[in-house]
Amino acid sequence: MPVVGGLLIGIASVWLYLSVGRIAGISGIAANALLQAKENLWSVFFVVGLGLGGWLAHYLLGTVPDGEVVSGQGMLLIVGGLVVGIGTRLGSGCTSGHGVCGVSRFSLRSLVATIIFVALGMLVASGLSLL
Amino acid sequence: MTARNLSSLFGGLIFGVGLVVSGMTNPEKVLAFLTLGSSWEPALIIVMGSAVAVATVGYWVIGKRAAPIFDVTFRVPTKTVIDGRLLAGSSLFGIGWGLSGFCPGPALVALMTLDQRGVVFVLAYAAGVVLHDKLLGKAMPGGAITDG
Repeated sequence: MPVVGGLLIGIASVWLYLSVGRIAGISGIAANALLQAKENLWSVFFVVGLGLGGWLAHYLLGTVPDGEVVSGQGMLLIVGGLVVGIGTRLGSGCTSGHGVCGVSRFSLRSLVATIIFVALGMLVASGLSLL
Repeated sequence: MTARNLSSLFGGLIFGVGLVVSGMTNPEKVLAFLTLGSSWEPALIIVMGSAVAVATVGYWVIGKRAAPIFDVTFRVPTKTVIDGRLLAGSSLFGIGWGLSGFCPGPALVALMTLDQRGVVFVLAYAAGVVLHDKLLGKAMPGGAITDG
């Protein structure tokens, strides 16, 4: 249900802005929770909520994934995770912060970032599928 | 537990439900969007589009307020320059997204369900975040306000 999911993501972002006054950029929030939890306790609560909400939805929908790492996937996950960690920090945002919130705030920076990461993601995933 | 933290928890909760309902927590679905070809799945455009539609209206309406409910002021990114950091960072993020099918939000949900793929990804992701800050400095010196 892509539309329903998208609407919920939008509503959650709007709620966070209305109540806490922050942008729902998950890479920024996660990094705050990891590195500056004391000064940004709200970010820890957001990450916990995110995990709980996701877990609950998977459970209720009966879609809890097996999530086994299949052969050859481990290295992709490790390199991918490392590069996403560095990249989202360097570029100050990810799919949520730039792609949803930034674009919604008419930030040219975020629009440029979104075009770049979608294009590169498509290039890499499409290239991998040909191997 | 303050009202502010509870509000944040609630926001995260709805966001997490949204990610699962949209299908974005399934890396195969994300890769099906990122892989162009005959089996290309456009669903992610609908997810992003509907989220942006709601957020655009929401930010615009809330923008008329002087402050959020539980803080004295809104704290939003103010940087407007399109610099090398933004271009390089977004490129690296895109590459990692295309390799794994995970971006940070869905990966954190996957960690919570003890999805092995999520556990491996998030450990590497956290290492990447720490590595960046150690080698390349804080994303935004002097402040915790990033674009996302």
